[in-house]
Amino acid sequence: MRLHTVLVALVLTVGGAAPARADARSDAKKQVEFGIAVAQRGLWREAIYRWERATQIDPSYAAAYNNLAVAYEHEGEFDKARTAYEKAIELEPDNALVKQNYELFKEINDRTTRKDGQ
Amino acid sequence: MTARLARTVSSLLAAAVAVSCTNYFEIPIETPIRPKLDVSAFQRVLVAGFISGGTEDVDANLETVRLLRSQLRTKSELRVIDADVLPLMEVATEPRNGNGSDSAENSGEAQPAPGPIKDEKDLEPFEHVFANVEYWKRIGEEYQSPLIVTGTVMFMPHQRSGFVQREQEVYDSFGRRRVVPVRTYMERKGFILKPKFIFIDGRTGTTLYSETFREEILYNANNSTPALSSYFELMDRLIPSFLSTLSSQKIRGTRVLLK
Repeated sequence: MRLHTVLVALVLTVGGAAPARADARSDAKKQVEFGIAVAQRGLWREAIYRWERATQIDPSYAAAYNNLAVAYEHEGEFDKARTAYEKAIELEPDNALVKQNYELFKEINDRTTRKDGQ
Repeated sequence: MTARLARTVSSLLAAAVAVSCTNYFEIPIETPIRPKLDVSAFQRVLVAGFISGGTEDVDANLETVRLLRSQLRTKSELRVIDADVLPLMEVATEPRNGNGSDSAENSGEAQPAPGPIKDEKDLEPFEHVFANVEYWKRIGEEYQSPLIVTGTVMFMPHQRSGFVQREQEVYDSFGRRRVVPVRTYMERKGFILKPKFIFIDGRTGTTLYSETFREEILYNANNSTPALSSYFELMDRLIPSFLSTLSSQKIRGTRVLLK
């Protein structure tokens, strides 16, 4: 009887977690899509707000971190951009588009910090 | 105002709907680059001159001074001082009278005149001039404490032979055209441009920052591109980096947004 109760509780927990994750991703995705729409119109601060919200809603959403990194880069916030790119790559190490963005970012970032003298 | 707001909201919604149909979007971005050097203390810039060498076909000292001054006039907020180019090679070979920073050599005797500058090694006997704080301080006083740009410029002829990959058109038996990569052995010649830009504080005579660049260009050995054209082509490549030392720049590019 006790085992039965435990099993029911387990099924309810596992079954409930998946839809919750799906809801979080769906909500985060709405923020990401709206962010893209506003970024395409040059409203980068609003886009940052949307993508930050998306990462809060779903911290495992690589696309949100990638987009956030692009927006930070556009705003000249290079430290934040690097952190966001690295998080996106950590979440999706095989995503070629994120890696391509990161390589382009690093090229510019290295150029700005290169010094050989004083 | 309400109608305008409604239009904006509906256009954003339409865009969001369009966004929901694709997985990635290429977007143009402009990355702002902060200057490497804080030049807020200066109102003026003096491109003083360079110690140059390499080919005799181009006066790299004079051409570099002209080019940098014209670029700074249009792309920086500093006022560019028009002055005669300093004879730095003469200054470097003058006897040192005790005002220089390198006191060990302040004997007052004339330096032996170094030979023509053919490669980078030949620059060494002249380079002490950039560390001569008293000299640069004096120049700074003469021109009301500007930021001073000086350094060395090597513009050297260069030859390299080896295999290069080029594309060749081929037609198959059906007459279809294809472009295939072909490796060919080629004799090539061209130039290497290696400038070192040194930024000196005209108030104190001390070096604030220096940066060395290297660019090269190679042509087919039969090509007879004038040396001056090659010089400008190579300078064109590194001018943005030079300017980014003094003024903020925006680098245009594209990135991919993901859904």
